[in-house]
Amino acid sequence: MSHRPDESADLNFYLTRRQWLATSGALAAGLTLSTSSLPAAEPETPLELGPPAKFEIWDQHCHLSGVEGKTAGERMDNLLKYADRLNIAKLVIYMGWPFATNPSAEELLRQNNQVLEAIKGREDRVLSYVYVSPEHLETSLAEIRRCIADGPMVGVKLWVAGRATDDAVDKIVEEATRLKAVIFQHTWIKTTGNLPGESTPLDVVALAKRHPSARLICGHAGGNWELGIRAIRAYPQIKLGIAGSDPTNGLVEMAVRELGADRVIYGSDAGGRSFASQLAKVYGANINDVEKQLIFADNLKAMLAPILRTKGVAS
Amino acid sequence: MPALIDTNISLSRWPFRRLPGDETSDLVRLLRKQGVTEAWAGSFDGLFHRDIAGVNARLAAECRTSGKGVLVPFGSVNPMLPGWEEDLRRCHSEHHMPGIRLHPNYHGYDLQHPEFARLLDLAGENKLIVQIALSMEDERTHHPLMPVPHVDPAPLKDLLLARPALKVQLINVFRSLSLAQLEMFSGLPDLFVDIAMLEGVGGIEELLEKIPVNRILFGSHFPFFHFQSALLKLDESDLGWFQREAITSQNAITLKK
Repeated sequence: MSHRPDESADLNFYLTRRQWLATSGALAAGLTLSTSSLPAAEPETPLELGPPAKFEIWDQHCHLSGVEGKTAGERMDNLLKYADRLNIAKLVIYMGWPFATNPSAEELLRQNNQVLEAIKGREDRVLSYVYVSPEHLETSLAEIRRCIADGPMVGVKLWVAGRATDDAVDKIVEEATRLKAVIFQHTWIKTTGNLPGESTPLDVVALAKRHPSARLICGHAGGNWELGIRAIRAYPQIKLGIAGSDPTNGLVEMAVRELGADRVIYGSDAGGRSFASQLAKVYGANINDVEKQLIFADNLKAMLAPILRTKGVAS
Repeated sequence: MPALIDTNISLSRWPFRRLPGDETSDLVRLLRKQGVTEAWAGSFDGLFHRDIAGVNARLAAECRTSGKGVLVPFGSVNPMLPGWEEDLRRCHSEHHMPGIRLHPNYHGYDLQHPEFARLLDLAGENKLIVQIALSMEDERTHHPLMPVPHVDPAPLKDLLLARPALKVQLINVFRSLSLAQLEMFSGLPDLFVDIAMLEGVGGIEELLEKIPVNRILFGSHFPFFHFQSALLKLDESDLGWFQREAITSQNAITLKK
């Protein structure tokens, strides 16, 4: 299917000339206008807001950090408010707040409880992963039992407390795989240098070799995505998460060319990242609509289908 | 068709990869398809080339011959090069550019350098808009042989207070400057920022808490970034039609007058 990169993102917003002229005098006069001082003229026709709803979008990478709200529920509702404006159907969240790069065992429980509170009553819109750490193996295994085996969560989040090459990660991955859970491993190859416990895509490759049945997502495409994509290219078991980096032109095209569209998974890293900037990576990519739909939702749905079936939910 | 003015695009080649849209004909087609009516174009060549006069002549010619009435050239000036004043003069007098684009970090100076102050004076005398790129990309993704620090804009406050008629736009702002730090420029009515590197959910709403709407410009950093990133940010925030119009066109029109 041939497709031009811009055809799926004709986003329109219209204002009549008369509406503008009615208020342009203030700017022409050099007035400083704050949000609260804007004139309240009514547009003649409603604005056309939001991108076209031609794709079903599941966001695989969201957090409760970076969004306002006193409670987990308030934060979740605010996140969903922004997601609604951009026609995002479902969010996957993990980790609470504030971010803790090397959380204590107690902090893991506290943050997972925040996530459980956030998804309660919103299960039709939100899925979640359990936050674990190889630094606290017993707690992590217990949290997997509590939150996945006995709870609503569908995946595991490994961040930067220890690298994927850590022996303790093997136990976590074995248990997650037994439960058919998705394993999301944050990765970066930072020009400025990684954190001591920060994995690279090559660490995920090593993990995949040890656990050929694990459902692995290589987070952030390794940051330096030209390297990350190459690193995982020969391992079809590893999917590429594209969230949480600048909306650099060419990432998705290279990923589709080298891995195939069925290995690329959309996510945002909201609230720290903008939903908009991350959606643009897919909307703006020079790939066809079938490939975009795979990336926006279908690949994640396929990964989650086995565990959702165990919970009596069809994806 | 409402006006949509993109104040931050670049022509030619990014030095470290080919970008979809880095052929001018493709770039113009994509911008027009998205409804862009005017785009302020710098040149990636301005980052490293020492023959800046040649870069600017090519930029002006490309905008004229391939711009289809959309591209407006903003020439590069590097005040660390001998004879930079002539480059600035040509931007104004020969190429009739409305402004210039500076890359202090790629050109190896900070904003306290005396030549930078002289450059601001000359730009002001010629009524040129001065765009200052604080970044071009995330520092974590720089080529390992080519790490470039972000520009620290703090010295600008005193420089602009001393030059009240000068119009300055910061582009690619928010990897160098947090929203909270933006408040240091609150007393400068002619300092503008673009939204290309604005991140976080509802980013423009957050930005409006810090600065008035008439100082925010639409800028995409296309083709390095996807154009849709900036465009979708207008939908992610709850903007009234007046705010939308100000950001997408009227502020740029006012700035360029």
